[in-house]
Amino acid sequence: MTAVHSAPAPGQSRAGRAEISDRSRAERRLGLLLSAPAVLVMLLVTAYPLINALYLSLFSYRITAPDDKRFVGLANYWTALSDPLFWQDVFTTFFITFVTVAVELVIGFGLAMVMHRALFARRTVRTAILLPYGIVTVISAFAWRYAFDLQSGFVNSWFGLGDYAWFSGRWSSLFVIILSEIWKTTPFVSLLLLAGLAQVPRDLGEAATVDGATAWQRLRRVTIPNMKAAILVAVLFRTLDAWRIFDNVFIMTAGQQKTETLSFLTYRQTITRTAIGLGDAVGVLLFLSVVLIAFVFIRGFRVDLSQVRGDR
Amino acid sequence: MESTRSKWLWILASLLILVWTVFPILWIVMLSFKQPGEVGNQKGFFPKDWTWENYRTVFKTDLFTSALVNSIGISVIATFVGVVFATLVAYAIARLEFPGKKLILSFALAIAMFPVVSLVGPLFNLWRDIGLYDTWPGLIIPYISFALPLAIWTLSAFFREIPWEMEQAAQVDGATTWQAFRKVIVPLAAPGVFTAAILTFFFCWNDFVFGISLTSSDQARPVPAALAFFTGASQFEQPTTAICAAAVVVTVPVVVIVLAFQRRIVAGLTSGAVKG
Repeated sequence: MTAVHSAPAPGQSRAGRAEISDRSRAERRLGLLLSAPAVLVMLLVTAYPLINALYLSLFSYRITAPDDKRFVGLANYWTALSDPLFWQDVFTTFFITFVTVAVELVIGFGLAMVMHRALFARRTVRTAILLPYGIVTVISAFAWRYAFDLQSGFVNSWFGLGDYAWFSGRWSSLFVIILSEIWKTTPFVSLLLLAGLAQVPRDLGEAATVDGATAWQRLRRVTIPNMKAAILVAVLFRTLDAWRIFDNVFIMTAGQQKTETLSFLTYRQTITRTAIGLGDAVGVLLFLSVVLIAFVFIRGFRVDLSQVRGDR
Repeated sequence: MESTRSKWLWILASLLILVWTVFPILWIVMLSFKQPGEVGNQKGFFPKDWTWENYRTVFKTDLFTSALVNSIGISVIATFVGVVFATLVAYAIARLEFPGKKLILSFALAIAMFPVVSLVGPLFNLWRDIGLYDTWPGLIIPYISFALPLAIWTLSAFFREIPWEMEQAAQVDGATTWQAFRKVIVPLAAPGVFTAAILTFFFCWNDFVFGISLTSSDQARPVPAALAFFTGASQFEQPTTAICAAAVVVTVPVVVIVLAFQRRIVAGLTSGAVKG
């Protein structure tokens, strides 16, 4: 899917100069053999269903009425793309993604700075930061939902909001969804940024201090430019991750109050409504949007993906 | 160089972080100890009358106990198989010269970016056709596939750092190939494999989309999905406190793992991001 500028360290080639062909052929075979199971599982779960989705998206097909299945060409795509609800969901997804990634980048950077510099309880802080990463998303969604809930929550009484119903409006619902997403995934950003901070050469900062640079100038001119790769990698992964947000929305609003995201729309069409054809068309559009985002990042910002590993 | 004032600022910042990360977890714990009827009348943070009732409720509910068994079983199997597969690939990538290395790494990365929901429809159909719908393997297979990228990248970054020459040195000293591998390489590789296993387990434990889409009953439904459909002891009451008790039960092992293996998890999450 994507061009990866990966520069793997040269493997320890065991093929000596003397015994080239036999030995290296055996090595090739072993390498492919060892990789086969993993590649096969990944193909089974992604490639086949994706092709299947592409194919079915060209049909008008509902599980409840299998006999009505008929070829409709690109009509499903046209239906989706001309539907105002689809564009509303695109906007909601975009809004959630943009706000979470921007806020997480700022908070994550702050956390990384504290972990980098902290003299006190460095280990405790690092462990604490990992907790949200380990918590199941559904559970963090419940925690935040109940905190803001009228019946069970403490937020309203703490902040003197009386009967303000957070989940009865679009923007207040989105606020809570975004808050829980930020809480849950900031650790990931801050750990990547911490790794980036560790790469900034210390003497550069010291030299700048000697030259009379303020802390802010050092941050802007020395630290951040030297962490560009880590920042871009964090932003890329978090953007793609936030773009497919699902769990929080499902638990908090179930897509009510115009908080439906693209993932939720796809799920609702294929699983809840069993409108397989139309749902698959939306799924394919979601997939294409992810490809587009990845492409723009990797080409446009020249992210060096040899520095990343996958994560969700 | 560090002045006292800025030292206090860093300490304050550390404390703020602790509050921010621990607070929502503490909130769920507090809610789980409230009387079911207390919710709604008393909106404070701490329970007025502490009770274990919610925990008794969730463990008496078949939906939750079977979901817990499903989650543990499915996650453990998926983690085990996934890590074995990933170890084979990572070993091949770090150690052997063969065509398609870059392709495998790129493919894994592409899957890591994949919008899972796009596949749920077709998988739903396929699984129903071949009888994997609402079964353990029906969840294990997608979990393996989507956890593999992270494991492959973590492990191959880790394996590249292993000084493989030591194995040859051991052979020169008279060890057999197998002995050299077992006594030298396996102990060096074990921490990386273990790290990959923790991260993979977190991934499987956390899944929700597959859990609600590819299951329909107690037979295979994992905890996150079960929580979303949980109705508690009574069908007519909001089971808020019971859900929280269930959530605490699911969260405890994660917290223990995080506390015990903090260093490893950080290393795994950032391996590849830091070179040297």
